[in-house]
Amino acid sequence: MSKPTALSIGLERGKLEIKQFMRQRESVVFTLLFPLILLAIFGSVFSNSIAKGVTFSQYFVAGMIASGMVNTGFQQLAIMIPMERDFGTLKRLRGTPMPASSYFIGKAILVTLSMLVQVLLLLAAGVIFFGVNLPTSANKWLLLAALLVLGSTCSTVLGIAFSNVPKSGRGASAVVSPVVIVLQFFSGVFFIFSDLPHWMQQVAAIFPLKWMTQGARSVFLPDSFAQREVAGNWETGRTFAIIAVWLVLGLIWAIRSFKWERD
Amino acid sequence: MSKVISVAGLRKSYGSTKAVDGLALEIEQGEIFALLGPNGAGKTTTVEILEGFRDRDSGEVKVLGFDPATKGRAGQSWRDRIGIVLQSTNDAGDLTVLESVSHFAKYYDNPKDARDVIELVGLTDKADALGRTLSGGQRRRLDVALGIIGNPELIFLDEPTTGFDPEARRAFWLLVRKLRDEGATILLTTHYLDEAEALADRVAVINHGQIIEISTPDQLGGRATSLATVSWRDGQQLQTEKSANPTELVKKLGQQFGGEVPELSVKRASLEDIYLEMICGTYE
Repeated sequence: MSKPTALSIGLERGKLEIKQFMRQRESVVFTLLFPLILLAIFGSVFSNSIAKGVTFSQYFVAGMIASGMVNTGFQQLAIMIPMERDFGTLKRLRGTPMPASSYFIGKAILVTLSMLVQVLLLLAAGVIFFGVNLPTSANKWLLLAALLVLGSTCSTVLGIAFSNVPKSGRGASAVVSPVVIVLQFFSGVFFIFSDLPHWMQQVAAIFPLKWMTQGARSVFLPDSFAQREVAGNWETGRTFAIIAVWLVLGLIWAIRSFKWERD
Repeated sequence: MSKVISVAGLRKSYGSTKAVDGLALEIEQGEIFALLGPNGAGKTTTVEILEGFRDRDSGEVKVLGFDPATKGRAGQSWRDRIGIVLQSTNDAGDLTVLESVSHFAKYYDNPKDARDVIELVGLTDKADALGRTLSGGQRRRLDVALGIIGNPELIFLDEPTTGFDPEARRAFWLLVRKLRDEGATILLTTHYLDEAEALADRVAVINHGQIIEISTPDQLGGRATSLATVSWRDGQQLQTEKSANPTELVKKLGQQFGGEVPELSVKRASLEDIYLEMICGTYE
């Protein structure tokens, strides 16, 4: 038997996380199906075009893909980790030779997989039921891949950091979900961002979700739509820079505040 | 290196409360050592310092020759040699017993075989049952299985039988003895004095963050030489007398009654009597 490494244990933890995820009906429904239900509702209610060649569904799918990064990373972890802390899972792990990094590798695998499944489900449902157009150029797909990697990492790290905020596992969802929902409204997921009040746009611009949605729009909407953005263009460089800053801040916050047991 | 645990001058305060106040103890290899004490005596803090969960303020601590407060990679190879069974955990409800135990085996350099461990804790019938379907006692056995899967030299058992029925406790005691017979040293904390008496080679009584006494269960608090309580019925009245020479007293009573002494009993102080006297009595 070879000596276990942080990576080998991390991969094992990833497998275990996915197994547990699939066995919890609530997590599968809440994390993966809920965005599809939202897409069905919004796609059916707002069937109008918002610009030439851009339906609301097209706009909404971009926003929901950005939200998907927040749901599967930030929201999922910031609710799940406090529960694991309450159940004693974390303390038990702390008492074994498992390196801390393996635990986070496992979580990252879970987030990556659930995020990818979510994006694929949203795209499939969008194309099949709501006539959403997929990007046609390789550059746009590359941009999407880069956005998913950076955005999802940022969201994961912030979820781990924020997992220290809820006082108990039972209360975690009540603390975390409103944060996500308010940000979704402010960031132009449910409404067209440029139609929102100026102050709301200003607040949203502080947080990464606004930039993730804008980045997703730059992938899924025609470039002609860029002039309807608040800045008049996609601001791709600024988008990536701001998400990266949040990633670094989140990393520092997570490392400094992570607790293996409840005080 | 025969001392598995050695502690000297251990201190830990929370604000102005001294949780551990100059504690010292040594535990030999192959011992079952029980730590007794009321809630708030400093038991949990001491054990958590030994387990590396908590930092100390001062004092010397060596566990398997290693300072548990050491951070980083060295700590991981030390953790490879110890097994911790915590109080009341309730995790991994969506995994089967076999999945959980096999998974934890992957953390260790030289784990035991998962199925062997499951058999050892008596969960073979439940190997494919989900964690959340287990009863309290079965759940505790799973905790033990996860604690010993790494083939530890030292096992921490924190109130392992709380909530067990008497039969399950007896079965659990057999398991603990078996682990010791396989060569492990065991540090047990418990609220059950009969458990300490049945299992422990030595017990330490701790109060106000200090060790009051370390002894074998039958010697603790001068128990072996304490006065015996002789009681019998004399007409309407139940008589009791404490005596250093109970045999003499019984002989005398035999002559007095001219045969059987009604409702005769001779009792030595139980470990619980001695313990309560130490905790509540003159040692305050």
